Amino acid sequence: MSVIGNTALRFSEDQAMIMDVARAFCADRSPMASVRALLESDAGFDPAVWQEMVDMGWPGMTLPEALGGAGLGVAAAVPVFEAMGRSLLGGPLMASLLAGQLLLRAQTGDADDNALLAIAAGVPATIALLDSADWGAERIRCELQDGVLRGVKQQVMEAAAAEWFVVVAQEHNAPVLAVVPATAVARAVRRDHVLIDATRRAQSIDFTGIQVSEEAVLRGPAVTSALHDVRLLGALLLAAEAGGSAASCLDTTVDYLKTRKQFGKLIGSYQALKHPCVDILMAVDSTRSFVYHAATLLGEDALDTDAEIACRMAKAQATETLKYAGDRAVQFHGGMGFTWECDAQLYLRRAQWVQQAFGDAPHHRKRLAHLLLDR
Amino acid sequence: MSQVSEKEKAAFRQQVAAWMQANKPADPGFLLPQSFMEVGSEQQLDFLREWQHKVWSAGYLGMAWPREYGGQGVDPVFQSIADQEMRGHAVPICFNVIGLGWAGPLINDMGTEAEKARYLKGILSGEDIWCQGFSEPDHGSDLGNAQLRARRDGDEYVLNGTKIWTTMGNFAKYMILLARTNPEAERKYDGLSFFLAPMQVAGVDPRPIRKLTGEYGFTETFFTDARIPASCLMGEEGQGWKIAMQTLQYERGAEAGAAGGLAFVRIAIDDMIAGLADVERDGAPALQDPAIRDQLVQMIMEEKAVVLGDRRAGIGPLTTDYPFSLPLSNKLRFTESTRRMRQLAINLQGAEGGLYVGDEGAREGGFWQRAYLNSFSATIGGGTSQVQANIIAEHILGLPK
Ligand SMILES: Cc1cc2nc3c(=O)[nH]c(=O)nc-3n(C[C@H](O)[C@H](O)[C@H](O)COP(=O)(O)OP(=O)(O)OC[C@H]3O[C@@H](n4cnc5c(N)ncnc54)[C@H](O)[C@@H]3O)c2cc1C
Repeated sequence: MSVIGNTALRFSEDQAMIMDVARAFCADRSPMASVRALLESDAGFDPAVWQEMVDMGWPGMTLPEALGGAGLGVAAAVPVFEAMGRSLLGGPLMASLLAGQLLLRAQTGDADDNALLAIAAGVPATIALLDSADWGAERIRCELQDGVLRGVKQQVMEAAAAEWFVVVAQEHNAPVLAVVPATAVARAVRRDHVLIDATRRAQSIDFTGIQVSEEAVLRGPAVTSALHDVRLLGALLLAAEAGGSAASCLDTTVDYLKTRKQFGKLIGSYQALKHPCVDILMAVDSTRSFVYHAATLLGEDALDTDAEIACRMAKAQATETLKYAGDRAVQFHGGMGFTWECDAQLYLRRAQWVQQAFGDAPHHRKRLAHLLLDR
Repeated sequence: MSQVSEKEKAAFRQQVAAWMQANKPADPGFLLPQSFMEVGSEQQLDFLREWQHKVWSAGYLGMAWPREYGGQGVDPVFQSIADQEMRGHAVPICFNVIGLGWAGPLINDMGTEAEKARYLKGILSGEDIWCQGFSEPDHGSDLGNAQLRARRDGDEYVLNGTKIWTTMGNFAKYMILLARTNPEAERKYDGLSFFLAPMQVAGVDPRPIRKLTGEYGFTETFFTDARIPASCLMGEEGQGWKIAMQTLQYERGAEAGAAGGLAFVRIAIDDMIAGLADVERDGAPALQDPAIRDQLVQMIMEEKAVVLGDRRAGIGPLTTDYPFSLPLSNKLRFTESTRRMRQLAINLQGAEGGLYVGDEGAREGGFWQRAYLNSFSATIGGGTSQVQANIIAEHILGLPK
């Protein structure tokens, strides 16, 4: 077997339809003017637009029909995040979807479905995952002892909007999930982060002292495997989003290169600008190929090794692509690129947030090295 | 979409695999070319010609070309399967690439019945070797400026000028030739015409040029009052540029139609990694070195992206963003990544990276060193990477010239 490995790539009619709808929706509801209006808002998203996404069934898209979802699998959501990335449309969708996947995958037997039912119905939820700045940390620092949490979680995505938190903790050295309603998390224990990507919101939250009822705790080996999967799914969905953002970033740059003149010529005729745009295009193309390849390999069950490899490659590629696209976008706009008004900064800033979330490129490549070279 | 059933494909694959296994030639004991651009000796030529003839006779070459011209008229998917199996079994190349891959498809798509009947079969059998006379000493990337003169004189054209970097120029029977029939044309492109020209006529003098590897493979080709029949003109006078551009589409892999067969020896990243198993760094296996591991992963991703890109190119809804960006960038992507991979292979050899073919201590006989030097044939030939980038920028992104 070649190290190139599995190269399956398929795209279903369902996915194609979802892509068309999502693209049109995001382009219409998230023009640049709206993106900019939301940058300095508290919520960071427009509740009316979120409600429309709920009405289209997006939050429950990947959850089983028995829970009120559409039973489509995560692959169906990939084009949605790509479209959102393209239009820089934010909101609680990704956080909710990942929280839903985490619960779904960790659940065994007759666990309490309340949170999942709520997520499928469009109630925002999120995962409290990070204990530190280290995405690769093995040890979970947040503890659950005698039904009480102790620990601070960083960068909880869209925490202000969330009505449910899935808190990743450890109990007797084993990972557990504690499902905590937002009502139990007082304002005083929450600190709003200032994110470099101003289209997103996050909080740091001190869960210390919060009581969790027995029915609200998920335990056992399924939790470990669910956490493994959701970290990969998070990486993949962010890769899809970053791929979309990189494509619209490239379009922004190319548009400028076709209109701005210096030395009597359109600057787009200079190869010092032209050729990097081609490099970005090829990186955007690679990102898309990796992203939809990974989507092809997601089954309904736990992710297998091929799917893991694909998700990690998608994130490693997408991250580098958006970083490069954003970086060159600012540079190629000259003085204009240095302004708040120029859209290049939106992509540059997003790139810095995305590169770290769910592990940066070296994080994934290090794990890929093991998966590819130590067989 | 292919109508061939999975079962049929699998059965065919098995059949080709068995044939390749049984017929793969033994190591001839001399250095074989790694691509069609490195055929430097009669010995190599005879060996490769015999192999191509064998593959064609067995029915694994030109499968999608019409029956009456030596093909089999079957679905192209069979040829792709045969090619995959050739690659998989690491058999020698089908060396007559300029015929099989460029001139052949061109004649098939645009040629007259007479041209098809005259040329196609000899291309497949390997009997008629083809070369390409596009580049000139003073006009390479700026191909539209080609100046070799073709002057009509009765039933003949008289050729004067010089072509260069003519791959297999010294072995070829025919040349696809871009020549200037009208030096007065207003646009430089309009003065060009395209010929299917015989090489074995008086006044054509191909002189081999030594390459950076020390081997041979191309010629500088002098034309001095060389007379060819007027019937060699393809299409009409003044259509040369259009036909040449069409030829380059095949050459760059942006358009289908090639007869098949391997143009390059398979050099996979797996071979590189396998070859490194015993290499050490800092007293430990190099494959455990974190810096090396990261470089390898990046290289694997580059290669995988090329393969996945080919897959995605066949999925309509996933190619609407920048239509044709995948096929048009295929050459640039593939050749640049190949070049980087082969350089990495040298880097990873430690002190042995400094040895070359001929040194008995050279790893795998200096295979990777030679392969790296040769990799530039693909980043320069067929339109340089920089020119490819211009084309992509202008045609896909719409950036100004
Ligand atoms: C192994 C090999 C086999 C070949 N076989 C054949 C053959 O069989 N028949 C044939 O006709 N030709 C053949 N060629 C020739 C090949 O097509 C030319 O070498 C190529 O088109 C470049 O032309 P040049 O050599 O004149 O380089 P130049 O055009 O002089 O280029 C020199 C440098 O300038 C860059 N450059 C040129 N123009 C631009 C531009 N507009 N923008 C940015 N950069 C630019 C190039 O990328 C290159 O780096 C072969 C070449 C090689 C290496």
